[in-house]
Amino acid sequence: MTSPAPSTAIPAVTLSAQGLSRRFGVHTAVDNITLELRRGEVLGFLGPNGAGKTTSMQMLTGNLAPTTGSVSVCGVDLLEAPVEAKAHIGYLPETPPLYRDLKVGEYLDLVARLHRVPGKQRRAAVDKAQSRCGLSDVSRKLIGTLSKGYQQRVGIAQAIVHEPDVIILDEPTVGLDPNQIRDIRALIRELGGTHSIILSTHILPEVEAICDRVQIMHHGKLVYSDTIAALKQFHSGRVLLVGLNQPPALSELAAVPGVTRAEAAGENLFRVHIAAGTDPTAQIVALAAERKWDLHQIAPAQTNLEDVFVNLTTQDGLNAT
Amino acid sequence: MILTIAGKDLKSMFTSPIAWVVLTFVQLIIGYGFLKRFDDFMQLQPQLIQLPSPPGFTELVAVPTFATTAAIMLFAVPLLAMRLIAEERRNQTMVLLTSAPISIVDIVLGKFCALMGMLLIILALVALMPLSLSTATKLDYRLIGSILLGLALMAAAFSAVSLYVSSLTTHPIVAALGAFGVLLAMVLMGENVADNLQTRGLGVLATFAQVFSPVKNFEPLGKGMIDSYAIACLLLLIVLFLAFTVRQLEARRLRG
Repeated sequence: MTSPAPSTAIPAVTLSAQGLSRRFGVHTAVDNITLELRRGEVLGFLGPNGAGKTTSMQMLTGNLAPTTGSVSVCGVDLLEAPVEAKAHIGYLPETPPLYRDLKVGEYLDLVARLHRVPGKQRRAAVDKAQSRCGLSDVSRKLIGTLSKGYQQRVGIAQAIVHEPDVIILDEPTVGLDPNQIRDIRALIRELGGTHSIILSTHILPEVEAICDRVQIMHHGKLVYSDTIAALKQFHSGRVLLVGLNQPPALSELAAVPGVTRAEAAGENLFRVHIAAGTDPTAQIVALAAERKWDLHQIAPAQTNLEDVFVNLTTQDGLNAT
Repeated sequence: MILTIAGKDLKSMFTSPIAWVVLTFVQLIIGYGFLKRFDDFMQLQPQLIQLPSPPGFTELVAVPTFATTAAIMLFAVPLLAMRLIAEERRNQTMVLLTSAPISIVDIVLGKFCALMGMLLIILALVALMPLSLSTATKLDYRLIGSILLGLALMAAAFSAVSLYVSSLTTHPIVAALGAFGVLLAMVLMGENVADNLQTRGLGVLATFAQVFSPVKNFEPLGKGMIDSYAIACLLLLIVLFLAFTVRQLEARRLRG
């Protein structure tokens, strides 16, 4: 596992969870996860629905008591001194906790009060959160009348209004249109400079776009934990999607040097798995021209979360942790 | 912090129609009763004067008006309390409070204060009816003060019970009906059980039963008698149910 080391200064650990588990009856929702977050780091929490992301986040924010394990926020134990520890956290749950009968400005002011932002700074804090989330124009509108995207933004503003050290966002871009998603990602990137952020999602490009590190959960366990750069290398370029109008036998494709396996992926389409560190694209193109396979497409396969999971959960011997 | 939450909830009560509907009906019913009794009093006055020690305006008009208020509290409080916790959980806004650096005790006390604020507004409006005649007749302020204290304590006891029931469910209507049922059971129990147990010599159980009879404990104060035992029972009931509510919300965090 390589560490990012982008700056020379050693970043302080803002959030650390040790051996966190949660059982509901006989069902284990989260099984012994350990994570550490440093200041200025954006951690992506990936996993399919039901993987235990939300349960983990509820435990990290003190909304759910872990069955075993401990959480400390900026050095304060969340279970022993919850009020003190929670002062360092901003949390956007899966369903944004919005009071529909309040105006956006009123609501953010209330949240700032609840988080003990002193009276004099409250106005400025609310204005800043509003402008950061693009809410200045709707400040006087009732939250209940806003569209889903705007409500989601209010949810994010709610999590950052008190400038917490740790920001925990559960699927922050759900329900947003592409432009809004881009804005929110830029905002998260910006916040990531000074705060620590944990972000859960099941959209892989989102993680690639904004996170420094990624942790993948599956069936309540952490199955992968590494930097984004390593993740990209881990799966990108390992599968090529090859389209051939006059396809040869699969064995012929598999015989190309560097190709470990070839399989059909639809009509005249093939998924060609290649060994790490090799790139047989040129050979395949050359061979296709030579043997008249009538190549019409060759590209790295679009990787998505499903692929990663297939890789992580069905193949043995990979460097999954 | 308690006041922040209380202010928020009080404001939210007034943005929903429930507070206004309850206020309107309480005013209508009590206002009508007050005027009717006032009218009767005016008609009876010539005969009353002939009595050696005639009951005054306070006894004949103010006291029954407050008694009606006590009865109305029985269903007004559950209606006003039903949303406080149930709806926050239903709309998943409770997370906002539980994620903020606030203890559960403060959250519960804030909500309790919001409810008490609302009920004190109702009480003040009711008290204004007899007090509006203070220049026209001699009022027994001590009796009125004692009754108002009793009403406030009883309303607080009803509030604590209703708040607890509201923490048990995510359906406001179920919370209202449940709280009404529990309060009604307490009233009925207060009528019989405590006396019954006392006559059978089960003093300890009788004491226990009395704690859970807020209306019975209101009675001495309603007659102008500052009964410290009854007041202690009322306070105990309030603390008990607020503690139950805190426990219930804590359990939510532990159980998930």
